Amino acid sequence: MAVMPATRIYEGTRIPSPCPTILELDPTKHDLEDILTINFGPNHPSTHGVLRLIVDLDGERVAGLKAVIGYLHTGFEKTMESKTYWKGITYPERIDYLSFQANELVFVMAIEKLLAIETPEKATWMRMCLSELNRIHSHLVWLGTSALEIGAISMFWYAFRERDLVLDLFEMVTGVRMHTRYFQVGGLAEDIPEGFYAEARALARHMPSAVDDYEGLLDRNKIWLERTKGIGPLSADDALALGQSGPMLRASGVDWDLRKTMPYLAYDEVDFEVPVYENGDVYDRYKVHMDEMRASARIVGQCVTRLEELRGEPWITDDRKVVLPPREELHTSMESLIHHFKIVTEGYLVPEGSVYVAIESARGECGCYLVSDGGPKPWRVKFRAPSFAALQATATCVRDTAVADLVAVAASLDPVMGDVDR
Amino acid sequence: MTAGVPGVVETVEAHGETTLVVDPARIVEACTHLRDVEGYNVLADLCGVDYLGWGTKEVAGYLGTAAGRDLNAAGSQGFARVPTPRPKRFAVAYHLLRVSDEPARLRLEAWLDEGEQIDSVVPVWPVADWNEREAYDLFGIVFRGHPNLVRILMPEDWEGHPLRKDYPLGGEPVRFSGER
Repeated sequence: MAVMPATRIYEGTRIPSPCPTILELDPTKHDLEDILTINFGPNHPSTHGVLRLIVDLDGERVAGLKAVIGYLHTGFEKTMESKTYWKGITYPERIDYLSFQANELVFVMAIEKLLAIETPEKATWMRMCLSELNRIHSHLVWLGTSALEIGAISMFWYAFRERDLVLDLFEMVTGVRMHTRYFQVGGLAEDIPEGFYAEARALARHMPSAVDDYEGLLDRNKIWLERTKGIGPLSADDALALGQSGPMLRASGVDWDLRKTMPYLAYDEVDFEVPVYENGDVYDRYKVHMDEMRASARIVGQCVTRLEELRGEPWITDDRKVVLPPREELHTSMESLIHHFKIVTEGYLVPEGSVYVAIESARGECGCYLVSDGGPKPWRVKFRAPSFAALQATATCVRDTAVADLVAVAASLDPVMGDVDR
Repeated sequence: MTAGVPGVVETVEAHGETTLVVDPARIVEACTHLRDVEGYNVLADLCGVDYLGWGTKEVAGYLGTAAGRDLNAAGSQGFARVPTPRPKRFAVAYHLLRVSDEPARLRLEAWLDEGEQIDSVVPVWPVADWNEREAYDLFGIVFRGHPNLVRILMPEDWEGHPLRKDYPLGGEPVRFSGER
């Protein structure tokens, strides 16, 4: 592992001061009469959603920048305080709508930590398998839209071609293509359909060659290279000080992946590489995303092998105080009917306490701080959104860049506005 | 591990996580110490929690009542169990992360009453900027010394702090409904 830098604001940092997220116009460097202040967004086709940037331009150069967010604030955290845990699982998926299963997983894991219940091995491996498929899905959407924004239009169709294969898998397992609500407290909602194994394995085999195709289109494309190399750099110190995680951190040379450094599920039992690049520019962020798709495909392959061995095993814990009884029992057992009714209407009690659980989502550290007063509804849920942290680096990254590069930089931060605004 | 951290009032170990309850007046001192001496170089998250009404309503629910249910009591939803009281209304929770060969997590908690202020940790971790603005916006917690403490998620002219427990669901004014 690389030597870890201190987080102190060092000499020569690019983080603006005193406010780290606002790039103030420097009147000594620019003639104020030449400055043009424009609104970039919130309804702009190339800002990945409703992000508003107030940009001061000196000619083509960015002289000042301020990000304004909140246009997609929907109050998920407030709403979840009035829903039972069982019902609340549907909400976190809609927060980061591209890596939905990561949010679902982290919420379910936080509840399980408070309840101190174990999940069957099959559920653990299936959760891992779907999380990695979801990472591929999220990275593909990122690749397609980001390349589109810099002008590589055809990339979009290639990326969405494979994305559809991933969504087909989700549909096969859960019945829905996005926002699956497949992870339950205690395990999975349903058993894995028999056809899944072969299809998932086929995708895991196909994915590396598909990534080769993408790289073949982009890596030797002169325009792509000039638009990405050396653009929007972020040093390792700045990345840590700005609380970056995931691909942002790894592109800046910090070897940090929660799947390796603080393993959860069964990540310590699978074999995969964590890509780390040095320059922290748009190009390195792109390379990290590409390598991660290959690594995820490898993990999916290993998960399918393990899941095939676990055929016939239970997929959810048999703790009837928390999980719904099997559907067929409702016709014959009064007790099961009562349990089913009570869990759905009143919910189950979760012991008093507070926990913080974090996992590595497609964008970085996706965390859930859950406070329970011992009742059936959460007292407070807070999601640590990786996009929220990533956007704080905008002002640092776009210092002295051209306005056209602003689009490339904002895209490379991979913000999902639902995740930022919650 | 956490010995010598300035301003620590109490250390709580629960669910495999360590929480240091810190005197709000010394929060910057404690954070600087943890960053420089203990190596917690990343502030993973900072958020507010409102404990208004904590423990005053009966905890209702079906399960976890090993001794059974009093089905005869009107509206019985299981035994009322009062959770451990909290010292003050608001808590600010800091989730620290050590990005190094010895990864670790730590939670700091600072307790505040309504109207009490706490020092900003933006000089310690710049990432606290938006997180503190969010806690201010949603809970009305004022962070002294923050370079730009304005609303972040809600509109600038919004009244009230939506994640407070006395802010009702559906309490937002509906535009045009009363206008003629």
